[in-house]
Amino acid sequence: MRIILPMTQPQPPDREVVAALVMAATTDVMLQRGHADANVAPDTRLVGASAVLDSLGLVTLVVDLEQRVQDELGYGLTLANERAMSRTNSPFLSVGTLTDYIHGLIVETITRA
Amino acid sequence: MPERQVVLITGARKGIGRFLAEHFAAGGAAVIGCGRTPADWTRDGVDYQRADVSSEADVKALVGHIQRAYGRLDVIVNNAGVASMNHSLLTPVATAERVLATNVTGTFLVAREGAKLMQRRRYGRIVNLTTVAVPLHLDGEAIYAASKSAVETLTKVLAHELGAFGITCNAVGPSPIATDLIHGVPAEKIEAITRRLAIKRLGRYEDVSNAIDFFVRPESDYITGQVIYLGGVS
Repeated sequence: MRIILPMTQPQPPDREVVAALVMAATTDVMLQRGHADANVAPDTRLVGASAVLDSLGLVTLVVDLEQRVQDELGYGLTLANERAMSRTNSPFLSVGTLTDYIHGLIVETITRA
Repeated sequence: MPERQVVLITGARKGIGRFLAEHFAAGGAAVIGCGRTPADWTRDGVDYQRADVSSEADVKALVGHIQRAYGRLDVIVNNAGVASMNHSLLTPVATAERVLATNVTGTFLVAREGAKLMQRRRYGRIVNLTTVAVPLHLDGEAIYAASKSAVETLTKVLAHELGAFGITCNAVGPSPIATDLIHGVPAEKIEAITRRLAIKRLGRYEDVSNAIDFFVRPESDYITGQVIYLGGVS
């Protein structure tokens, strides 16, 4: 008799899990970059005139997030991919947009697999 | 006791890359060597991995392996390279693309992914391999020399971009050495090149490792964006 097991697809993490990761990474990079405190919220701007990070800080955040997503969630993403860089609305605009972007990439990775 | 250095050497299957892998391992480093095809040699202290440096997936997998197995990366020697000795009018586009993919894209990808790991400890030494064919403008080496010009510019820009992360980036340009890379180049052409050097002999592997040793010393943290040509070319 052959037993056929149902195919199970890995479930993406909740958006809140990704949000917590992005908030923690942003906080750490802000403190590293000399901010006395870091009150990070979903609408905290990462790009533009009111951004909390300078350009080097944003690079550090992106690299740090790739690492955290790999270490804590097990997905090897390249955040600065061609699609992201050519979007009209940058996914790196704020903590909230970055969270949506990373969550979307994880869902896409699972769907593609 | 100082920590054991973790060193990545690309193109380590043979030639200069193999020599450098063995050189660093003899000095006590944990060496990760890589190449497109399996190596026919092994040595204590050298962990050889298959990876094509022009493939983003391969390079990411390679650096992922280094992170999991060693936890950090201190030194990268971007040695992997291919050459094409031919008149530009007789160089197929596929050859040009292959040379650029390995020499330029490969150097860029390994530096990019490796630096992501290095920056976690705010320390790193990247050394890229260039060639005296760049300053000598050697005919018959248009694509090869152009690719290495790109490597030199990449080296200088990376030095600026990575300086803030404690990572230096320099380049060494050997004169002709008896390796597979110049196999097939007529002896009179090699002699014509060595006549243009201040020190008129073929280079040796030890000349290359000597310059690299200088760049990767912890004390060399104020030396970045530099190109050293061997044999007295300037």
